[in-house]
Amino acid sequence: MRSPESPVLTIDGLIKDVGPLASLDGKMLRVVSGLSMFAERGQITALLGANGAGKTTTLECAQGLQKRTGGRIELLGEDPDTAGANLRSRVGVMLQDGGLPPSARPIPLLRHIAGMYRKPLPLDSLVERLGIDTFSRTGVRRLSGGQKQRLSLAAALIGNPEVLFLDEPSAGLDPQSRQIVFELIAELRDSGMGIILTTHLMDDAQRLADYVYIIDGGHNVAEGTVADLLSHSHEAMDGVTERTLFFDAPAGLDISAAIGDDLAITESRAGSYAISGTLTPQHLAKLTAWWAEKGIMPASLRLEARSLEDVFLDISGREIR
Amino acid sequence: MTSAIHERTSPHAGPAPLMRRILLQGRYETLTMIRNGEQLILAVIMPLLALVGLTVTPLLDGLGAGRVDIATPGVLALCAMSTAFTGQGIATGFDRRYGVLRFLSTTPLGRTGLIAGKIIAVLAVLVLQVLVIGAVAALLGWHPRPEGWLSGLALLILGAAAFTALGLLVAGTVRPEATLAITNLLWILLGALGGIVVPAERLPELAQNVVHFLPSGALGQSLRDAFLQGNVSVPYVLVLLLWTIVPGAAAVRWFKWN
Repeated sequence: MRSPESPVLTIDGLIKDVGPLASLDGKMLRVVSGLSMFAERGQITALLGANGAGKTTTLECAQGLQKRTGGRIELLGEDPDTAGANLRSRVGVMLQDGGLPPSARPIPLLRHIAGMYRKPLPLDSLVERLGIDTFSRTGVRRLSGGQKQRLSLAAALIGNPEVLFLDEPSAGLDPQSRQIVFELIAELRDSGMGIILTTHLMDDAQRLADYVYIIDGGHNVAEGTVADLLSHSHEAMDGVTERTLFFDAPAGLDISAAIGDDLAITESRAGSYAISGTLTPQHLAKLTAWWAEKGIMPASLRLEARSLEDVFLDISGREIR
Repeated sequence: MTSAIHERTSPHAGPAPLMRRILLQGRYETLTMIRNGEQLILAVIMPLLALVGLTVTPLLDGLGAGRVDIATPGVLALCAMSTAFTGQGIATGFDRRYGVLRFLSTTPLGRTGLIAGKIIAVLAVLVLQVLVIGAVAALLGWHPRPEGWLSGLALLILGAAAFTALGLLVAGTVRPEATLAITNLLWILLGALGGIVVPAERLPELAQNVVHFLPSGALGQSLRDAFLQGNVSVPYVLVLLLWTIVPGAAAVRWFKWN
């Protein structure tokens, strides 16, 4: 846990009920239950969690799009529920579903949004930087997922915000768009912008985030830098690191005959094995000796330390997509 | 790598002034409406067809005034219903579906600016419709009472307000596909039987008693009164006011932004 220095966003004990829902016999559903977090200027703060964990609802409460049921939110020192155009001009929002009119064309749309600000960013450099010039004559309806995301990001940035909210920024991004978007986000962070993003992808959090909140069941269950979270748990407790050994070999091998059954052995696809747990040099020696005896040469072999995904699964005990 | 696009200014320069934001949104929505082919058919082509149709057929004969003089005020009322109710309702319904309302309400425009922009767009398109219909009607021999213009335009605006409130209420509470169906169906039903282009006395007996209480009938009849006789009938004004306030309050209460 850290303490705030100059937070752009502070959320304290956020509660949000939705409903009443017919599927719950007309009762309210609590989608956020006591979530607390803060985000610093010049940092990327990630909310990591499975679909339905309450990430988007939390962001929407912070953006003033949804009224909270309880708790306190302070965005740039103001309450988003009562704030006006002045606060909105300092905050950029990229929604999960884009929010761009399908009939619009990229450049006139961005120019229109830019008109809402006293001193917007120069349109040309933003358009060039995000590669929007390559599809500037195509209507929003016909853009690919990656192009739409880049345009949504431009729309969120055109007002030169101090705080940027990105809801699932890598959804639908092709590898090239992903590169462009991630580089720009990192650069904006370095220039002092406070960036808050949600993601259900470990890889996003691992690549981008300075600080991660793991969200499950409507509240934060763990937090820390990516490095903190990776070293958390078993290693800290007994000095050993969990690892996973992946290899491809002929299907149907009885691996436990070679190395015993103190490790988790899975054959996810025929011939595709994973051995996880507290792997020791002795395990590896036994396994390779057994391969030599049987005349087995694996087609591939890979050893990995804990991933953020393992940490997440440890903590939440839930499947993540 | 291109140069940095982001330049930190402290303090932040803030939003553009409120009036500028609203006018920008009004212009944007107006252009979106008049560039949309389906909207243009509904807003201009259909009313023109109604005007010509009622002028060349004997449907309105024997009501004490020339065909075009009776037809034109009703067609102007139809224009208000096309733009403010059906066109505006459908556009808002789909904007809601695509998250456009949510995104724009996070910009300095906000929800108030968004609604103000829509009202400006409805009024701007209505002005274009009055010019087009008025010009064609004049060619067909329309002679409105000059003193009818002032009250006629005021009634048109009041009628547009009532239909905007109704359109927003539908668009904000049901799915956009349902909004499309409801507003188009009501446009046809009210257009044919709602006392808007065809005066009440030419409608089936059952409809005659009802249409005076509908926004369509109240607007159509009051515009005919204004342009044919030059007078304003207070009961119709009250009916239109009621149809503005009640659906307007309901829209404020039940409009769902997402």
